[in-house]
This record gives sequence, structure tokens and C-alpha cells, in this order.
Amino acid sequence: MSEAFEPILLRRVGKPNNTSIDTYMADGGYNGLKKALAMQPDEVTQTVIKSNLRGRGGAGFHTGSKWMFLPKGYTGPIYLCINGDESEPGTFNNRVIIEEDPHQVLEGIVIAGYATRATTAYFYLRYEYGRCYRTLQKAIDEMYAKNFLGKNILGSGYSLDIHLHRGACAYICGEETGLIESLEGKRAWPRIKPPFPAIEGAFRRPTIVNNVETLACVTNILDRGPEWFQTIGVPKDPNNPRDAGSYGSKLYCISGHVNKPGLVELPLGITARQLIDQHAGGVWKDRKAKAVVPGGISMGFLSADELDTPLDFNGPGRAGCLGLGTAAVIVIDDHTSMVDVLYNTCRFFAHESCGQCTPCREGTAWSAKILHRIRQGEGTMEDLQKLDDISKTIGTIPGTTICGLADGAAWPIKNALQKFRPEFEEFIRSGRKSEMREVVLAH
Amino acid sequence: MSVLSEGLRQKIRDHFSRYPNKQAVTLPALHLVQQELKCVPTEAVEEVAELLDLAPAQIFDTLSFYGFFRDEDRPLGKKRVWICRSLPCMLRGGDQLLAEVCEKLHVSPGDTTPNGEVTIELAECLGACDGAPCILIDDELKLNVSVEDVLRLAGEGHE
Repeated sequence: MSEAFEPILLRRVGKPNNTSIDTYMADGGYNGLKKALAMQPDEVTQTVIKSNLRGRGGAGFHTGSKWMFLPKGYTGPIYLCINGDESEPGTFNNRVIIEEDPHQVLEGIVIAGYATRATTAYFYLRYEYGRCYRTLQKAIDEMYAKNFLGKNILGSGYSLDIHLHRGACAYICGEETGLIESLEGKRAWPRIKPPFPAIEGAFRRPTIVNNVETLACVTNILDRGPEWFQTIGVPKDPNNPRDAGSYGSKLYCISGHVNKPGLVELPLGITARQLIDQHAGGVWKDRKAKAVVPGGISMGFLSADELDTPLDFNGPGRAGCLGLGTAAVIVIDDHTSMVDVLYNTCRFFAHESCGQCTPCREGTAWSAKILHRIRQGEGTMEDLQKLDDISKTIGTIPGTTICGLADGAAWPIKNALQKFRPEFEEFIRSGRKSEMREVVLAH
Repeated sequence: MSVLSEGLRQKIRDHFSRYPNKQAVTLPALHLVQQELKCVPTEAVEEVAELLDLAPAQIFDTLSFYGFFRDEDRPLGKKRVWICRSLPCMLRGGDQLLAEVCEKLHVSPGDTTPNGEVTIELAECLGACDGAPCILIDDELKLNVSVEDVLRLAGEGHE
């Protein structure tokens, strides 16, 4: 299915001067925007609804439906926030697409802004992406010079400004209401929902938050049409009226123990095994995969016998993972200790919990401490029970936290204990210490 | 004597028109201050608060949430080097890299070398897992780095 797929989102990667507006336009860029401006804003939204585009940031929410939640006939300012806080371990697709083809993303922002009648767009970019920041700033300047931004864009009567806003190295800012709080100059504590941002978001105004890759998809949908988009990917399950399908191509990030880590674009639905063997040069050092993270570490693990799972919006869930997430695939070889891997994920979430909800703040911190103890050769079987308890009680699914960070912290624990339990038990019984080095913080 | 120069104040004010209120300029202002002073001293917190019509406590609340900003007791070195320890980097030697760099420079993560040249930080996923292990120098990513690369890039290669 995948051998001859022509990339769409990545089609300009590696081309000379691919960040300039002139080469972008020479390659047909900004046609999607011109088509959009010739329609009524609602028609643009309808086009995106018809395409069945689902958000690429992790939750997979239907993009057009999100836009429809905005109040009708609202006369005050409406904000569009672009989520470029990509921080999920394993994920780097936004970085590559911004560095290599910024106008494809920026065009999608103007189209989405027009459809939602947004008056200002705030592009929230993680601080670590300095090169992206400078690339975007230059591209935005080029857009103003050509009237793709600013007042009365191309004579349409629609006006929009895009402001870049840099984060300060906090994972939680990728949660859309955490992002909004951070944008407002506050600590990035996610908000209780409802109200959802579409009703009350940035600066207490209706706000849409969309991911970078999602907006690049919008550009192509407007240019080529919603029917074209639906020829790619996995159609809706006819036996499940609630299934929204997995249409379009996806940027899959592949990292970890493979011969060729990197970013590839393929139709949604490729399996983990195909991705590793056909697009990443296979597992390195002629080893075998022990576990594979399907979509960023918060999604949990696939075991070696689950590698034929299709990486669409439904596949990872059927294998007991949290979902497709960001489609960041991390391959773990059979020489690696799952105790070390799980410790690493627990340490990450303990570091990144914002501390607002007690179950998450305490649960992530204690799971990291327990795993540390196990790694020191001082674990007990009771520790596994404690980890299991934590993983079942923190998050929005058990209903104990405001945002989904804790669900993401819980899932790797859950999957590790379900799928790799004998390894943990053997490690504890042996009394061994982990061979992995760790340095301790000075402060 | 104010700790923020007039030029810096003007750069902060230049952000006002982008947002519907001045509080939203908190992060941009803190970035500007730390870029220039290598830390955000208490006096700067008070002066930023005054510029943004906020209480110093509001600025401090935001500042302290992000591990990114330093107070005057722990200013940054000329360069700030973040070494990633998240899973994709760990699988390709990230923790080992961090440990060895710290050993070579006789620092712990968060410390600055005694000559004030370089601050070493541990980082969670930097978003360059295609080039693990990776580091961030100030705000530029470097992919597929060795201990020697880090020392050289940090200007601490050979004495």
C-alpha cells in the first residue's frame, strides 16, 4: 500500500530555498488560500468538515467540528492559537515541516483564520525551536509584503495578523488550555472544561487551538478538495456509525533503535512493522524489537507480537494503547531493559506534571520514585501493585484530573505491567541494579 | 538606578500592541530580560511588573513556574547547553552523554563552569529525536552529538 506514496506535506523538504515565498508560490503555494477567499467563511469550514480531517496534535478531534463550536454571529474578537509546543517525547514533525516549508503552515493559518473569522493568530512555539522561530518570522514578513497578511488580505475584506509567541520549556503548554494560560502570561495550569476554548478561550474570548500539522493539512485540502483528501488513509468503519475514519496522510516520526531514524509521510493506517522495516531500515544491530511506542510515550507500548497494528486513529487503542497520539514511533530493542524504559517515562511525567491536580502531582512523582527504587535493586512485588494502583487512578479517564497529562503518565505504566510483567518480576527477584547511568540534579 | 536599560524597556513596550492586555507580555519580557542579563534579578521582576501594570507577585508566579528562568544567585554562563535525557535520546546514549559531559566539566546539571563559559542543563525531549542524542545550545538544536562535540560546541574542548 505504501511503496509509491508521493509525499504531500513533505513534498518540498530538501528543495533549494524552500522557505522562501517565491519558491513556494512557484510550486503552487497560496492557491488554497485564494480558493478559500473566493468562498464564504462557512463554506471553508464545510469543506474541512467534509474532508473528515482529524487533528494531528494527539487527540484526533474532528477539526471542522471544533471550528463549528464557535458562537454564531459573535462580534467581538476571535482568536486562533497555533499549537507549536510539540514536546511529546519522540515527536519532531512540526519542527521539520516548519523548518522546511513554513509557508505551507502559514497558509493554513490564514485559511483557518478566515473560516473561523479570527481577528488575530498567536503562534505558540516551543522555545527550543529557535531555527523555526527565525524561519517563521522571515516567512511572516514576506507574507505581509505580499498582502497575504495584514489588512484586507488580497482585497477580500478579511484582515489577520500572526504573532509568534515563544514558550519557556514546559510540556504542559501543549495542552490547549495550558497553552492559553501561558499565552496570557500566567503559569500554564490547564483550565477546567467546559467552557471549551471555542466558547471562552484566550483573553476570555472564543478561541480555536489547532496543531501545526493539522493546519498544513488544511492548506492542501483547500487546494485539492475534500474528496481528494478522502482517497488517502483508512475509510470509516461501516459497522461503526461513530467512527470518523482516518483520512489523509500522516507524518510519522521514527526514533530509537532503528537503522534510519527520521520523518516519513504515509497514508494513515501503515503498520508499525511496515514503518520499521520498510521506512526506517529495520531494527538496528540485527536485533529484534521488544517494544514499540506507537505515538509518543504517553500512548504506552506495543509488544513485539503487536507490530502489525495499523497506526491509524483506531489501531493502537485496539492493542490496549491510549491512542495514535502524535504518531511518534519509538523502537526499543530486545537488549533494553523495560525497567529502564518505564523509569525514563515516569521520570519525564514527574518532571512535567504542572502540579495543579494532586493525583497527577503525587502519582507521577511516586511512580518515578518507585521505579527508581526498583532500579536500585530494592524493589518489591508490592511496588508493582502500587504502580498498578497509580496507573488506574490518575487522569481524566478515572476522572481525577483536569487534563490528560496524567492519562499519558498512566498508560506506559499500565501497558508495561500488562505486557512485560514477567520482566519486572524477574528484575525485582534478582535484586540487580540497573546498568544505566544517571546524573543527579545539582539543585 | 534601574536594572532594565531604556533600550530593553522599549523592546518590552514594543510587544504591547500585539496583545489585548499587558499581562500577555510577561513571557516575552522575561525572555528579553534573561537574554540581556543572563538572569532575572528581583529588581527586574519589580520593574517588569511596573511596566506591565501588574503586581511583582504575578510576574514571580509565572517566572517560577517555568524552570527556564534564573534568579541573580544562579546566572547563566555565556552559553547554555541542554542535553536531552528523554526516551529516544536515552535509547541512543543520552543519559551517558549527560553523565560524561558533567564529569569532564566537573559540574552537575544546572551548574555553570567556574570560568562562567557554559551552563549545563538536562532537558526533556528537545524535539530532535531523529538525531538522538541531541542537544540544544542556547536555542539552536544540534543532532547526533558525541561528548567531544558537546565540549567543542560549548567552547570547552581543550585547554
